[in-house]
Amino acid sequence: MDIVSALMDGLWIAVQPHNLALAVIGVIVGLFVGALPGLGSVNGVAILLPFTFVINEATSDPAAPMIFLAAIYYGAMYGGAISSITLGIPGASTAVATTFDGRPMALKGEADRALVTAAVASFIGGTVATLFFTGFAPMLSSVALDFGNPEIFALMLLAFATFIGLGGDDIPKTMFSIFFGLLLATIGFDTISGEPRLVFMNEREQTALLETFGGNTDAVPFFDSVSWFSRGIQFLVLAIGVYGIGEMLWTINASRYKVTMTETKISFSRIMRGIVGMKDCWKGTTIGSLLGFFVGILPAAGATPGSLMSYGVSKMTSRNPRSYGEGNPDGVAAPEAANNSASTGAMLPMMTLGIPGSPTTAVLLAGMVIWGLEPGPRLFEDRPEFVWPLIGSFYVSNLVAVIVNLAFIPLFLAVLRMPFTILAPVIFVLSIVGTYAAYDNMYDVWLMVLFGFGAYFLRVLDYPLAPAVLAVVLGATAEEKMRQSLLLSDGNFAIFWNPFFDRDGKGQEWWIAPVTTWIAVILIALPIILWGVRRMRGGAAAEARG
Amino acid sequence: MKLLKTLTLGAAALGMAVTATAASAFEPSKPIDFVIMAGKGGGADKMARLMQAIVEKNELAGKPLVPTNKSGGSGAEALQYMKGATDPDHTIMVTLNSFYTTPLRQPGLKVDNMAFAPVARMAEDTFVLWVHKDEGINTFDEFLAEVKKRGDKWVMGGTGKNSEDNIITDHLNEAYGLSIKYIPYKGGGAVAKDLAGKQIQSSVNNPSEALGFYESGDVVPIVAFTNDRLPMFPDTPTLKEEGGDFSYFMQRSVVGAPGMSAEAAAYYTELFREVYKSDEWQEYKSKKSLMGDFVSQLDLADYWEGQIENHRTILKASGAIK
Repeated sequence: MDIVSALMDGLWIAVQPHNLALAVIGVIVGLFVGALPGLGSVNGVAILLPFTFVINEATSDPAAPMIFLAAIYYGAMYGGAISSITLGIPGASTAVATTFDGRPMALKGEADRALVTAAVASFIGGTVATLFFTGFAPMLSSVALDFGNPEIFALMLLAFATFIGLGGDDIPKTMFSIFFGLLLATIGFDTISGEPRLVFMNEREQTALLETFGGNTDAVPFFDSVSWFSRGIQFLVLAIGVYGIGEMLWTINASRYKVTMTETKISFSRIMRGIVGMKDCWKGTTIGSLLGFFVGILPAAGATPGSLMSYGVSKMTSRNPRSYGEGNPDGVAAPEAANNSASTGAMLPMMTLGIPGSPTTAVLLAGMVIWGLEPGPRLFEDRPEFVWPLIGSFYVSNLVAVIVNLAFIPLFLAVLRMPFTILAPVIFVLSIVGTYAAYDNMYDVWLMVLFGFGAYFLRVLDYPLAPAVLAVVLGATAEEKMRQSLLLSDGNFAIFWNPFFDRDGKGQEWWIAPVTTWIAVILIALPIILWGVRRMRGGAAAEARG
Repeated sequence: MKLLKTLTLGAAALGMAVTATAASAFEPSKPIDFVIMAGKGGGADKMARLMQAIVEKNELAGKPLVPTNKSGGSGAEALQYMKGATDPDHTIMVTLNSFYTTPLRQPGLKVDNMAFAPVARMAEDTFVLWVHKDEGINTFDEFLAEVKKRGDKWVMGGTGKNSEDNIITDHLNEAYGLSIKYIPYKGGGAVAKDLAGKQIQSSVNNPSEALGFYESGDVVPIVAFTNDRLPMFPDTPTLKEEGGDFSYFMQRSVVGAPGMSAEAAAYYTELFREVYKSDEWQEYKSKKSLMGDFVSQLDLADYWEGQIENHRTILKASGAIK
């Protein structure tokens, strides 16, 4: 069966009334789940997983429950941008990069344009990724297999290299921020050694403390909270703390003597103008769609690094990098195209290898197993009646999502019409509820508040915080992959940069990791070299003048 | 005053009535907190959600099971949470072997396995030694010869440090004088993928984790760490047939929070007996090469005691605990 006719059959099933209805409901649910900070697509999909049984029974269509969940997943990816833009809090980790320029655009009164850009870029990203998925799924799954530990680490290094420039001009403060983030990422149980790190109290001290109080756990305040840190610093705890509390306090302080009301105008013609304006964002959208998809198909990476890297690359290749962070629409288009593209990409290793590339696809994978499907290399051959309608539904869901999203924009903009004196407390409440909803844990809520105040002071002292947030996202994976690689090479770093390094005693050559590493090293070194060159030239010019 | 007295009496009577019904038969009066001792998407999580789905589909429980993942610290977070459960009668957990190994490795947690209510053991998961087909290895003897030849360039991937996979690798190294390098991963899926991509040389995945790549022909089973051959892999010998003296299983059990009443424990045992008997569970069990019969209450407690001693010996031998 060739791809085109298989896809046509799949599309036909995906537009059957019941599947189309499921896609519409799923997208709307996802949109709101994604827009509420902390709820995110993982929770949305996990909560509604049992509901799919009802769907399975009612429709007796094997693809129907999956179409529903995939629609929620898509909807949430669109929705994440909404709170990033209107409230300045990322709805999920995938939408962090969207706040960088989306929020400034909203503050400038261009919220409608930011939302339209996000929606259209998401649509393009999702559709481009689906086209790749349709055409090359089996081939691309073998690419994913070629990415072992050293390769993933090299990719992480590349991601770090792309956001060196994110912090602005103050290099020492940016470095501080990155290293602080990396430090936070090491807290908790270490996968490689299995030992707790930086949990502030080890077992021996804990036992000793307990003995002083005669073994009465109630006598020690917060005794149970000793296990707080063993869970590690959850990403959203930091992100919501920094953006929901820290930024908000800063904004309150900055607007102390004047009540700020963000200007919001909305009309059909403004939305149309926003869509037409997308042609200015072609570069960010293209980078996001391609890079996002590629990062998405690698298990262990997922949509968050994809969107961050796309933002970084888009900024680096821009003619006007300084406009990023000040409300450049390209800075919204790149991460939004990327996170949708990456989330489609992440479906690929899940379906063809049985390996989820992101937490949400992990839940989807569990769902597929429950419905009696066996994700893995044989899924495409064994269950075409499931695979093709699902791929068909990716196209349909994307189209539904962009229409629904554009239709809801006036509603989301109404949020911005609230006076700031009302909006700020609402954001605080959402931050607290969102953190609790994400992890079911009061400790994380306290930690989030603590991070919020910390972030406020760092903000006042002009430390860039985005690099710290990014380092927390990527730090844990980067560290794990680096150490797994070093175990493989007996501590020899040559495994990352030398293609002739003998990994398995068979004398094979490995090119992917070294090439990636060298690109990353050059990217990191480039600003320093350019700075040196400029200085030398400047010096020469000064001499010539003198 | 009179009113107050009436109210007090009424309340007392009500209280007695409640205790009376509880004594005769327990019925959950609110949604049941269903804790999963692992992260979302892992083997335990998939299984827990299947159980939840079976309960809901067949309307086995009066109240819904609400799954919560507590994956921190190799299950330490989940164990702590269970210990501090405010309503033990409505708190149950899906667990695996870290139920024993984590308290053994971290005595500071002060977790006593025997204080948990032994609700039901739903299955025992099995372990198989896998290599990539391109290695050209088909028998355990060939495996030993090749691994000896490659020395510490032979890499075994597995889930977590000091985990089930690590225990089996340690055994192979010790019993056969090998120097296999063990690399811990976060989950069995990532191990399976890296084996298929030839990033590592072998794994001891559960059949459920390696099944996809086995069916596509990428990986080959060498030996099973079971007592009898697995029906799904009839041509794969057990380690015992190959002259070894070692088998290893992972429990897939449901436990009640410490302090759960006997009536509630009995209720959950019956609930999960129904789950176990369901077609869906039996199908999953045979499709994923799970073994082990339904074990509950006192028999399960006995099983735990044996397993705790067994793991204490194993962990001592590998130097993980003193």
